[in-house]
Amino acid sequence: MTRYLLKRIFYMILTLFIVATITFFLMKLMPGSPYANEAKMTPTQLEIMNKQYGLNKPIWEQYLIYIGGMLHGDFGTSFQYSNQPVSSLISARLGVSVQLGLQALIFGVVVGVFVGAIAAMKQGTWADSTATVFAIIGKSVPNFVLAVILQYYIGLKLGWFPIAGWGSFSQTILPTLALSVGPLAETARFIRTSMVDTLSSDYIELGKAKGLSRTEVIRKHAMRNSMIPLVTLIGPYAVALMTGSMVIENIFNIPGIGEQFVKSILTNDYPTIMGVTMVYCVGLVVILLITDIIYGLIDPRIRLTEKEA
Amino acid sequence: MPEKILDVKNLQIDFNTYAGEVKAIRDVSFHLNKGETLAIVGESGSGKSVTTRSIIGLLAKNANVVGGEINFHGENLLEASEKDMQNIRGNEISMIFQDPMTSLDPTMKIGQQIAEPLIKHKGASKKEAWAKALEMMKAVGIPDADKRINQYPHQFSGGMRQRIVIAIALICEPEILLADEPTTALDVTVQAEILDLMKDLQKRIKTSIIFITHDLGVVAGMADRVAVMYAGEILEYGTVDDIFFDPQHPYTWGLINSMPTLDSDTLESIPGTPPDLLDPPKGDPFAPRNKYAMKIDIERKPPFFKVSDTHYAATWLLAPGAPKVEPPLEIQRRWKKYALMKKDHELVSEN
Repeated sequence: MTRYLLKRIFYMILTLFIVATITFFLMKLMPGSPYANEAKMTPTQLEIMNKQYGLNKPIWEQYLIYIGGMLHGDFGTSFQYSNQPVSSLISARLGVSVQLGLQALIFGVVVGVFVGAIAAMKQGTWADSTATVFAIIGKSVPNFVLAVILQYYIGLKLGWFPIAGWGSFSQTILPTLALSVGPLAETARFIRTSMVDTLSSDYIELGKAKGLSRTEVIRKHAMRNSMIPLVTLIGPYAVALMTGSMVIENIFNIPGIGEQFVKSILTNDYPTIMGVTMVYCVGLVVILLITDIIYGLIDPRIRLTEKEA
Repeated sequence: MPEKILDVKNLQIDFNTYAGEVKAIRDVSFHLNKGETLAIVGESGSGKSVTTRSIIGLLAKNANVVGGEINFHGENLLEASEKDMQNIRGNEISMIFQDPMTSLDPTMKIGQQIAEPLIKHKGASKKEAWAKALEMMKAVGIPDADKRINQYPHQFSGGMRQRIVIAIALICEPEILLADEPTTALDVTVQAEILDLMKDLQKRIKTSIIFITHDLGVVAGMADRVAVMYAGEILEYGTVDDIFFDPQHPYTWGLINSMPTLDSDTLESIPGTPPDLLDPPKGDPFAPRNKYAMKIDIERKPPFFKVSDTHYAATWLLAPGAPKVEPPLEIQRRWKKYALMKKDHELVSEN
């Protein structure tokens, strides 16, 4: 297990390095400069500014300096906010995004599993069809459309929850709902398929032949086996929630990392773009590692393969 | 007279399909004596599995029991509530399925799976059930049982898994064990081991077995009595000797004749395919494939004619005044052998 983990961590670092490199050079291809009023600046002013931010050096040298700094945990200084290090900028906002993403993920997956399981058990009835229709709608309506609908009807017309902002729990409800509908629909659809499959398997038949009741068979034998494929999906979900939250954070005016990311791209704030990208990337590889470990915990067949690896 | 433990009378089961009603089981009657093994033999689609599943109440959703009775301890199982059936399943009547590779829950420890029926039916504590599960694993011949009880199904071979399935089925010491082709998915050498194990455990637990198979070779070594099923009907039934050495129905002839023997150079088969049960034949269902068929076979369903106290066959060939036909050579050979056996037996009993 330790060997497996070490191997995985090595690959994670390699992945991060490759992502950092590609992002760095892609970013340099972006049009424009970090300066808000470049047109009004004299060449001397530009030169001074470029020198101050290290932008006058050749690109490969800038790259080496950046990677060197990153290895020491230094992501540079933000261009937007004078003298604010990118690391403190991110850490101030990361918590907000993680909270929002986790809330949406947990709500979406739990409700999705529930809906999917019911649909599978009532296969072919109205409950099944309703669940399927909602799953398709939930999957196809983009979350920013849903966000606006929620803001208008639940926030404005009904006035149940605040429309935007961040601070109290009630302010998190609408963005959480908007973000969770995608994973909820996907989970429901997935669990339904997986459960229908499981329910027709021989060991469920054997469970019935043991004299277990329908609920006992589902609780003891069907649930866990139907959940296995879902674990693989949770990784990509988590990432989708992080990227999805970029738009949602903007719509609901939430001071999260996604909102910051959009701002930094619009202003060509190179160090912040790099920093946020790296945070996303670390999040992704860590989540993938965690899902693989969870996979092994609920499916004994995977555990063996790990030992052999 | 042996005690009847299960009595199936005039069972009729239809399946609702898009094409119409498939009349899968058409007036099937048989009984199971205490402690014996009854083999139900027939080709795929003859209704053997459906018959056994109806006993334990595990028919597919689109199955429809049209009529009949399944009497067990004075109760008609076809009318029993789901709750009563749950108490019977795995407890008084157990079932073993065909494919051991998929019969076990891949994410549950073997020990838990074996212990489950005991906890459910006998109210055993987890500890007691675990101890009994270990005992059962040893009884079905799993080496290193104390270690392997904590393992998962994928760590066992097919034969070992079938042993585990047998352990699950027998842990509550059921009165009846329904075995639906339990050795079909296994290697021939493993088959023999599993059959020996089942016979051995049957003696110990004193359970009665209904053994479903399409393999006549397995029947000969396993069964006390045999029922031959075809197109949802039983065509002939009797003791193993009755069926193997004195078969009367042309379908049974066909089955026996298509068993390879050591000195046969060609493999015999029965020409044609079973009838469409959406529109079942009026007369003897085997008539269209039967080269000995008479006109009456196609028009009227033959009743069971008595051959001996234990042996009955539904064919017009046994009707008084029916023409004598020459069965295949292999059958004639067996008839002769049977006559000799009977003579020996009489001599022995006279002395």
